[in-house]
Amino acid sequence: MQFVLDDVVTVLSPEGVADPATDPKLPGATVVSLFKQMLFTRQLDERLVLLQRQGRIGFHIGSLGEEACILGPTAALGDNDWLWPCYREFGALLLRGMPLQRYMDNMYGNANDPVKGRQMPDHYSGRPYKFGSVSSPIGTQITQAVGFSWAAKMKGDPSVSLVFFGEGATSSNEFHNGMNFAGVYKTPTVFLCRNNGWAISVPAEQQTGTKTFAQKAFAYGVKPVRADGNDLLAMIRVTRDAVERARRGEGPTMIEAITHRLSGHSTSDDPKAYRNQAEMDAERAKDPVPRLRAYLVAQKLWDDSAEKAWAEQCDGEIRKAVETAEKTGAPALGTMFEDVYATPPWNLVEQRAEAERAPRAAGHGGH
Amino acid sequence: MPQMNMVQAINDALRLELKRDPRVVLLGEDVGKVGGVFRVTQDLYKEFGADRVIDTPLSEGGIIGAAIGMALYGMRPVPEIQFSDFIFPAFDQIVSELAKFRYRSGGEYPAKMVIRTPVGGGIRGGHYHSQSPEAYFIHTPGLKVVCPSNPYDAKGLLLAAIRDDDPVLFFEPKRVYRAARSDVPEGDYTVPLSQAKVVRPGKDVTVIAWGAMLYEALEAANQAAAQGIDTEVLDLRTLWPVDIDSIVASVKKTGRVVIVHEAPKTCGFGAELVALINEKAFLHLEAPPVRVTGYDTPFPYTLEMDYLPLAGRILPAILETARF
Repeated sequence: MQFVLDDVVTVLSPEGVADPATDPKLPGATVVSLFKQMLFTRQLDERLVLLQRQGRIGFHIGSLGEEACILGPTAALGDNDWLWPCYREFGALLLRGMPLQRYMDNMYGNANDPVKGRQMPDHYSGRPYKFGSVSSPIGTQITQAVGFSWAAKMKGDPSVSLVFFGEGATSSNEFHNGMNFAGVYKTPTVFLCRNNGWAISVPAEQQTGTKTFAQKAFAYGVKPVRADGNDLLAMIRVTRDAVERARRGEGPTMIEAITHRLSGHSTSDDPKAYRNQAEMDAERAKDPVPRLRAYLVAQKLWDDSAEKAWAEQCDGEIRKAVETAEKTGAPALGTMFEDVYATPPWNLVEQRAEAERAPRAAGHGGH
Repeated sequence: MPQMNMVQAINDALRLELKRDPRVVLLGEDVGKVGGVFRVTQDLYKEFGADRVIDTPLSEGGIIGAAIGMALYGMRPVPEIQFSDFIFPAFDQIVSELAKFRYRSGGEYPAKMVIRTPVGGGIRGGHYHSQSPEAYFIHTPGLKVVCPSNPYDAKGLLLAAIRDDDPVLFFEPKRVYRAARSDVPEGDYTVPLSQAKVVRPGKDVTVIAWGAMLYEALEAANQAAAQGIDTEVLDLRTLWPVDIDSIVASVKKTGRVVIVHEAPKTCGFGAELVALINEKAFLHLEAPPVRVTGYDTPFPYTLEMDYLPLAGRILPAILETARF
């Protein structure tokens, strides 16, 4: 047994030619639909960055360059499987079914925000879509996903949990805790580590002394796999295999998706301070979007006019969602005091009344 | 009615709830086969099996993180942290996650669980087996904090806590585990959360205490009685949300208050109680509120009985407050 894992599962060549040995052989319409979702996610991402630069929203944490390894694993889940996000997976949330308007409301923290304006942008929650709740502390969702899938296993529910995290999170306590518990109890969990090379400004080689991130899984009794994270079809292939394996009761898998962050960490970051242009250009050449486009064009499933029409449609939907979100007011003051407990205790009743008597503060944040 | 100590009463509550509610699972270090280092979960593994009474790896963060996942699924986990001194590896999961889940998800993801953990000193445990970290959790919105003083309350409060819709930290005063016995009804009953109890009525001074220190407060009250001071002793039982009405009623009656806790004085829960009393009953006070607490040092080993706010230190505080 080798403990390093030099193999990286790939389906599409840089020119977009599928390897029949690894091709998940999805119907053409499915691949087109996921490609459209990738384009939509990217277009939305670019628009949100612009809105932040214009001071219309407070923050955005995007997925530029990582669309394939976010949407691919999401597409490989069954309807009854659960997805536990870190914070870069708004594309997955929309693919799971959250309406664009609700997501945009979250970006504005307005009265229609599903989390009632209580968290900063991109900290959504999507229980109706079997999608977790975003928090900022790194790695905490990993152990929770293990506990959730463990509970499903105890109850004889065949659902599998997939948890997203970045390579930086492999340094967190909770990566160790979650992987260890999953290995001990053989929980139906898929650990999806997106190695995008950077944890804000710290490069992957300063995050670990091991050659790969996936090889850590050996130590926990979790099956490791490495895959090309810029290859949608490869991501679907390895995730589908891991989900099926978990559902058969064979235990957890950790997938290391090798990808690149083609932007800063978030709108608050300036990567020029720690990255060189040549390196970034080289990464841009591995962009997952042109690669899948080349594949679809060669299959005669996609062309320029389809792309133009789709971009216009996305633009219209995004504009409408922004417009509606901007017209929607802030949550009522009293909502600040709700959901702290199932029933507000006396101190919150008192403080709510105090807040309602207090002079209101001027506008804040992105709204 | 059977007589039980607190270990037996908690064990009885856990057995009852494991039987009654299939969503309940116990998990923690050594809670299974050996029945916990204090034997609180004794025989439950035998009765309910390894899937309901789970021996876990030695990782408090893992225990609480996994229990949160179970709670999100809809189960009612009752994780045990072997000593509350070891709760800090799980602090992030408790404070950043458990406490905030309902709020941050807009109500989509309530996380209902009870974290059981032995608390307090007086058992020759040194500072890593003796501390009282309740203030950290009282300070965190979204958590409830309970600390029973006797077997009857322990069973009834634990059953109420497991059935509550919010996450509860359930601190078990380990010095009392086998020291106190009381009548404990067989079968189901609850002691409602957020209800303090006047365990000794009096008219001159109020002493507020909980957990193991309640007995010290009662002892000091009895000694004060010999000197003509009639002391009321209030057992908080639930620390948060605290029963503010009972506190205010007692302080309005006596006008004098002594607060007792094992935790260090600075920013201890006593400080918050003094502030609340000042806010809500200032004009009824006849003397400054007094705190008798652990000192602002790490919990010591050899000198622990001097560190703890035992009756010998509470009595002068009662007398001085009464004569102020």
